[in-house]
Amino acid sequence: MSGKPKLYYFDGRGKMESIRWLLAAAGVEFEEEFLETREQYEKLLQGGSLLFQQVPMVEMDGMRMVQTRAILSYIAAKYNLYGKDLKERALIDMYVGGTDDLMGFILMFPFLSAEDKEKQRAFIVQKATSRYFPVYEKVLKDHGQDFLVGNNFSWADVHLLEAILMVEEKKSDVLSGFPQLQAFKARISRTPTIKKFLEPGSQRKPVPDDKYVETVRRVLRMYYDVKAN
Amino acid sequence: MSGKPRLTYLNGRGRMESIRWLLAAAGVEFEEMYLETKEQYDKLIKDGFLLFQQVPLVEIDGMKMVQTRAILSYIAGKYNLYGKDLKERALIDMYVEGIADLMQMILMFPFSPPDAKEKNLDSIKERATNRYFPVFEKVLKQHGQDFLVGNKFSWADVQLMEAILAVEEKVPAVLSGFPQLQVFKTKMSNMPTIKKFLQPGSPRKPPPDAHYVETVLKVFKK
Repeated sequence: MSGKPKLYYFDGRGKMESIRWLLAAAGVEFEEEFLETREQYEKLLQGGSLLFQQVPMVEMDGMRMVQTRAILSYIAAKYNLYGKDLKERALIDMYVGGTDDLMGFILMFPFLSAEDKEKQRAFIVQKATSRYFPVYEKVLKDHGQDFLVGNNFSWADVHLLEAILMVEEKKSDVLSGFPQLQAFKARISRTPTIKKFLEPGSQRKPVPDDKYVETVRRVLRMYYDVKAN
Repeated sequence: MSGKPRLTYLNGRGRMESIRWLLAAAGVEFEEMYLETKEQYDKLIKDGFLLFQQVPLVEIDGMKMVQTRAILSYIAGKYNLYGKDLKERALIDMYVEGIADLMQMILMFPFSPPDAKEKNLDSIKERATNRYFPVFEKVLKQHGQDFLVGNKFSWADVQLMEAILAVEEKVPAVLSGFPQLQVFKTKMSNMPTIKKFLQPGSPRKPPPDAHYVETVLKVFKK
């Protein structure tokens, strides 16, 4: 047993990607086991490793953790990325809640029909530019600090960068009305652990493709008929 | 200003109900403002109260908190319902998140089209009986304690209690295969703060009806 956290998921982004980002940002090395067949998944189920029969699952510190938010909160707290007190944690939780909702619109994108994809792309961009990005733009502008909360690098910064890059993949100039976010993106990308994660060869996963969609559907026997927002 | 937390939401359960449960369980009195019209909602947005233009909103300790989970985590942390250390918090978070997935199905149910209602009800019953309740039945059986985590009352217990009652409203005999959960439900019902919340006249809201659905659609109409 290596002592490193071990991630169980598909070989793709999905709900596990935010966890990869946060571990990487914290400078924590991790191993991955990729689900490729239904049999692997059933074996995990029968072995009792999946509390609610679902992945993501992360083995760490003697626990088999499930539920993305629980896993992320644990990592954030363990590696001091969760603010210095209850109020900073509350702010981080609020901000992460927003970026989570935004990334949620993108999560199901690969599973949509071609027609629904166009509709959803417009929806994502509209929500990003009218509801979410303005909030973080204002936060950064108002306090003039490098990081979202408490003048300290936190989970909220990692999550926002991940969200920005994901939305840019849908519309490359989406940050054009957001100078603070442009500076934030450049600055956070330069953080050594994040810089490393953004380089080729890291454990960051590429934009989901048809093969990924096919694998998820085959392994879970779900998500055949996903609708746009 | 009373110093009490102030909740802004519709006059109904929705996403605010878990927050009402947790505050009540912690013995914290709170005020409520009910959204009835689109104009009220638009004004809240215009006045900058809603960080992401959404409710729930809870004004507490000088903050205008939004995002249900953030609010619940804050309350749990503040009132010592979040375990004694990081690992207990992790367990509570896992349990609470699992239950939230089940509650989400119940949340959306009143808004499902008439021809999908039966299917959705079956899904709720299936998930409760095969995915969620067995987990908590096993947890309680294995440690033999009164509470889910760390032998102490926590957010996880409150959330599970809320979920049991919500599912029972839809599937009355749902606990018939779960003796530990039956005992758990009785014990929780007898806890003073919860007992009070379960009595008529408390801030607990009734199951959503047609009027509630209508109000939601009206207030949040684009």
